[in-house]
Amino acid sequence: MNDTPIAEVKNLQKFFPITSNSIFARVKGENKAVNGISFAIKRGETLGLVGESGCGKSTAGRTILKLYEPTSGEIYFNGENISGYSSRKMKPLRTKMQIIFQDPYSSLNPRHSVGEIIGAAFTIHGIDSVASSKRDIKSAVQELMERVGLNPEHYNRYPHEFSGGQRQRIGIARALALRPEFIVCDEPVSALDVSIQAQVINLLDDLKDDFGLSYLFIAHDLSVVQHISDRVAVMYLGKIVEIAPTEEIYQRPHHPYTKALLSAIPIPDPVLESAREQIVLSGDLPSPSNPPTGCVFNTRCWKAQARCFTEEPALHLLDGSEVACHYPE
Amino acid sequence: MSFLEVSDLRVEFPTSDGLVKAVDGVTFTVERGETLAIVGESGSGKTVTNLALMGLLSKRGSRISGSAIMKGDAGNLELIDLADEQMRKIRGKNIAMIFQDPMSSLHPYYTIGDQIIEAHQVHNEVDIEVSTARAIELLEMVGIPDAANRLKAFPHQFSGGMRQRVMIAMALVNSPELLIADEPTTALDVTVQAQILKLLRELQSELKMAIILITHDLGVVAGAADRVNVMYAGKIVESAPVGELYANPLMPYTHGLLASIPRMDRGHGKRLSAIAGQPPSLIALPAGCAFAPRCNFTERVGGGPDRCKSTMPALTEHTPGHFARCHLEGAAL
Repeated sequence: MNDTPIAEVKNLQKFFPITSNSIFARVKGENKAVNGISFAIKRGETLGLVGESGCGKSTAGRTILKLYEPTSGEIYFNGENISGYSSRKMKPLRTKMQIIFQDPYSSLNPRHSVGEIIGAAFTIHGIDSVASSKRDIKSAVQELMERVGLNPEHYNRYPHEFSGGQRQRIGIARALALRPEFIVCDEPVSALDVSIQAQVINLLDDLKDDFGLSYLFIAHDLSVVQHISDRVAVMYLGKIVEIAPTEEIYQRPHHPYTKALLSAIPIPDPVLESAREQIVLSGDLPSPSNPPTGCVFNTRCWKAQARCFTEEPALHLLDGSEVACHYPE
Repeated sequence: MSFLEVSDLRVEFPTSDGLVKAVDGVTFTVERGETLAIVGESGSGKTVTNLALMGLLSKRGSRISGSAIMKGDAGNLELIDLADEQMRKIRGKNIAMIFQDPMSSLHPYYTIGDQIIEAHQVHNEVDIEVSTARAIELLEMVGIPDAANRLKAFPHQFSGGMRQRVMIAMALVNSPELLIADEPTTALDVTVQAQILKLLRELQSELKMAIILITHDLGVVAGAADRVNVMYAGKIVESAPVGELYANPLMPYTHGLLASIPRMDRGHGKRLSAIAGQPPSLIALPAGCAFAPRCNFTERVGGGPDRCKSTMPALTEHTPGHFARCHLEGAAL
């Protein structure tokens, strides 16, 4: 077994410039969407990446795939440092890494048939081992459609003829077409109804085993993440505040933010729900263009002390978890 | 008599593809000070039911029948065929609504102060100062700090959670008797959702409002509702007090819905029991139970799957207050 992580980032940063509105656009500041994160995803592993809107989790996912150019830091794919690769150099690697998007409505071209959408991957990469002629592409696409639970006879239909859950299956088939090793799932079930959501989660679970995939699973729904992940990383304001094996993080959260986040999730059981101890965080997420000094969570933390406002906590080991807090639970 | 009695409400939309039966004979009641949750998936008719109560459906584009009688401060009102003029008088005063998306429900060109004050002025003949004071009072009540100054702020200057608070303040400015909250926390993060739900609970006990909470999130329902109506394909398929519904779901759809939620208290890695298939098209509803094609229990029904496919079960009371629309004998699930 190959021990090299499938994907790894070291001190990854991605800043977006904020420009003024005048004709002579000047950079006024930077939106520090991802501000120095490090983690590795092992082969066959699912790493869940959770956090609230604006914490930088989607930006992180896209930067790892080099869909965004990183501001600084290193990205390794299969042990290869791809941080500085040009898009031409990236192209052969693209067959190995894919992404599934949140919104199955805007991520599929409404003017292309399902066959064209899924088949495009083969054409773009000039793949001939799977399909050498148009006809072979069709059979390969239909095989994929069947695998993700779509009717292969719907090959010529257009996205609007499908429901949300089916569209998400089209997106999954497209991502699988080139037999990737690593897929970034960016909120793949957030737009779906509960009963359909469960179907798609089960499908992703099965595909992982069948195709030997590794996932970076980005979501704001902690119960979904818990269900599917081996390890979970919690992000807050561009930083990872805690990263740990799933069981560990859900049973013994060490960072106050993780604790608050977990306690805020309603349990679908009125008896447990009324007994649940809830930490209601006050205030909102600070602006990522001007994050607090010291610990990023200090504006909302009930345990914050003088040290938290001056010294930024680094991720350190604590009972099998890694946590970035001066006063962990 | 209950505060609000809805009976046999139907809403149909004629389209070029056929008649869409969005709400197909819905009957329920709501009491003062009570929260009734309406749960269902997209297209189950939960939002359309409430738009009909609010008189917000175009009379040209839809056919509405049935009755909804509100026994409120304004006397007994039949909401379904109220004249537009009269509806405008009670909408925003006796009945108010909070929508899912606070960004598109607030006007981006007006300050939040203008918008809240306007909502008060429309229904009360008072000086602008009185309305301003009321707006400040409400903003303070929903937990917006520095309320007097924030009146001059525009919606884009607020975060999502804060905007939702502004919407709640605006909805409550005339102390409504009935508040319809349509997915009030769906667009919000969990930590903010917790804040908003807590706020709604506090305001309800203070103002003794009836709340109809529309949501797809069974977790939210568990903590916020007194009674629950589960809707599927335009019909109520189960109705029960909240504790009873979760402890003892009688309709296979409710059962499946509860089983398909990934739960934090259940550990990870276990396979979810998904409901196979998809909801039916509202244009071509089956003659029998709309859930039958997805149901795992039809074999166990006396009369077999054919009975489920051909006859629509009635909404029957199994235990006091617990109704289900299913041919299965209550204890069989």
